[in-house]
Amino acid sequence: MASTANAIDARGVSKVFKGAGQDEVRALDNVSVTIRENEFFTLLGPSGCGKTTLLRLIAGFDFPTEGEILLHGENIALLPPYKRPVNTVFQNYALFPHMTVGQNIAFGLEMLGKPKDEIAARVSEMLKLVRMEELKDRRTSQISGGQQQRVALARALAPRPKVLLLDEPLSALDYKLRKDMQIELKRLQHDTGITFIFVTHDQEEALTMSDRIAVMSKGKILQVGSPHDIYVRPVDHFVANFIGETNFLKGKVISSKGGKATVELAPGGTLLADVPEAGLPKGEISLVVRPENATLVKPGKGDLSGTVETIVYFGTDTHVHLKLTDGTAFMVRQQNAAGSGVDVKTGDKAGIAIAAGTPRILMD
Amino acid sequence: MATERRKPFAIKAQPGFGLVAMLCFFMLYLPIAILVVYAFNAGENIALWEGFSLRWFQSAWANETVQEAAMRSLFLASVSATIATIVAGMAAIATTRTAPYRGLTFKYAMINQPLMVPEIVTAVSLLIVFSRFKVWTGYSGIGYLVLAHTAFCIPFAYLPIRARLENMDLTLERAAADLYATPWQAFKRVTLPLLVPGLVAGYMLAFVISLDDVVITEFVKSGGQETLPTYMLGQLRRAVSPEINAIATVFLALSVLLVTLFYFVNRKKN
Repeated sequence: MASTANAIDARGVSKVFKGAGQDEVRALDNVSVTIRENEFFTLLGPSGCGKTTLLRLIAGFDFPTEGEILLHGENIALLPPYKRPVNTVFQNYALFPHMTVGQNIAFGLEMLGKPKDEIAARVSEMLKLVRMEELKDRRTSQISGGQQQRVALARALAPRPKVLLLDEPLSALDYKLRKDMQIELKRLQHDTGITFIFVTHDQEEALTMSDRIAVMSKGKILQVGSPHDIYVRPVDHFVANFIGETNFLKGKVISSKGGKATVELAPGGTLLADVPEAGLPKGEISLVVRPENATLVKPGKGDLSGTVETIVYFGTDTHVHLKLTDGTAFMVRQQNAAGSGVDVKTGDKAGIAIAAGTPRILMD
Repeated sequence: MATERRKPFAIKAQPGFGLVAMLCFFMLYLPIAILVVYAFNAGENIALWEGFSLRWFQSAWANETVQEAAMRSLFLASVSATIATIVAGMAAIATTRTAPYRGLTFKYAMINQPLMVPEIVTAVSLLIVFSRFKVWTGYSGIGYLVLAHTAFCIPFAYLPIRARLENMDLTLERAAADLYATPWQAFKRVTLPLLVPGLVAGYMLAFVISLDDVVITEFVKSGGQETLPTYMLGQLRRAVSPEINAIATVFLALSVLLVTLFYFVNRKKN
């Protein structure tokens, strides 16, 4: 069966919360997504987009109003959490305060009724995996936030779940520790071969760690794809805006052929742009140009022209903010390597060249 | 100080605060202090100091009626507090581990009813009901007192247990369920151990409340079922003996001990 190859298959899942009185909140709206075996999959979106709700439905802390959730082809949507081979790393870690580090890690195995010697062996294996061997007998209140994070990971990984759910586990850590843990998580996922479903609102975290990302907004999944896919080929304004920095240009399609369309731009000039897989939208269209795909050239040259408004220096690169002839804001990211780019000052006129093949038409 | 200005109202800064506070403390503790001091009086008069002595403690200790009443009080308090703590614990779990629903507040009120209804009303109603029961069943043992004490101890046990449950991190129970613990296992391994300080607090409160009760006990008890407080009340009707002071002092010491114990137990757990 094809479905057994997928770790999780959510089909038409909706979750409606009854609010006060007549209010209803549709936290998830007919969401379907397939998460493959052995994948580092990220649910990315702003708070309130439904990503945590989807995670809770997979964990079993809540049940869908409609739809089914398959785990290796078996519908688990209505099973209680303790009957699902799925473990969770909680945002606040939720370590048991009355137990030691070792007892915390052993908990899941004990509940599964594993023999004592197997539990002991597995606990030390897990402690080694997260590099915490010497803290086995500490109380969870006696270790640092970063260490608690590792214990939470070890505890959730110890029963060898089919899927590991991670609910913004890095949000409580400081910047440096977060960077280290990102690498650590990637390593753990690789070493254990367990499917990770990671929830975050941090696009950078999503891009650096994931095999695939689902971008969510208002209870819907807008786009699923590899980080590269999502960054280079965003489907709509929301995705393009949420991930990385973006320029939007308005225009009209003059002609299209073979997945490419010639667009007459509102600020003047024409561009060849990729057409979305779902087809061209009607009427006026928007296209997206990433700032690093644009370069400044001499005035009168290039695809667009504008006036330099502000220049922001970032060390490795410089952001040049321009105003195009029709008033649209446009940003160019120039590398600061020796000899690259055109020297400009505020108020200068400049041309903007856009790398061929990079502009893309959005669905909305 | 600059930060001082932002505070809209500092009660400590009000004129006369110290005086009023001192007065309140005097009113509260002066009578107790006098009671304790005269428990050690050598003389027979409870208002005339005649030197230090432990004779009233000795005579109270040797008094068989006092012994019997004390044993009854302790038995009653420990049994009632145990039952009340179990019932209150279950009620607290039922009222906190649920989505809020219409009627939940009403249930809180029902559970806490003995705190709001005047004790004398409860006492009289129990007297009437139990006298019927005594006629029907022919049983007039200590069971009625246990029932009555349990009933009015429940809210005192319930409040600290509920507070503890409400402050508990719910994700802990979720984490237990996530790690394959059935609801019963999650309760036994996670909720219950974390609830212990609340249970201890509830038990101690219930114990002290039961030990202290006069009104309901006086109405419900059958002949010969004196508890320490009702015995003391009975003694006051006759010539007042400093034995009462001695008993009260022991009571006080016991209460202080329990409260202190509870404080340390609670602090260690947190």
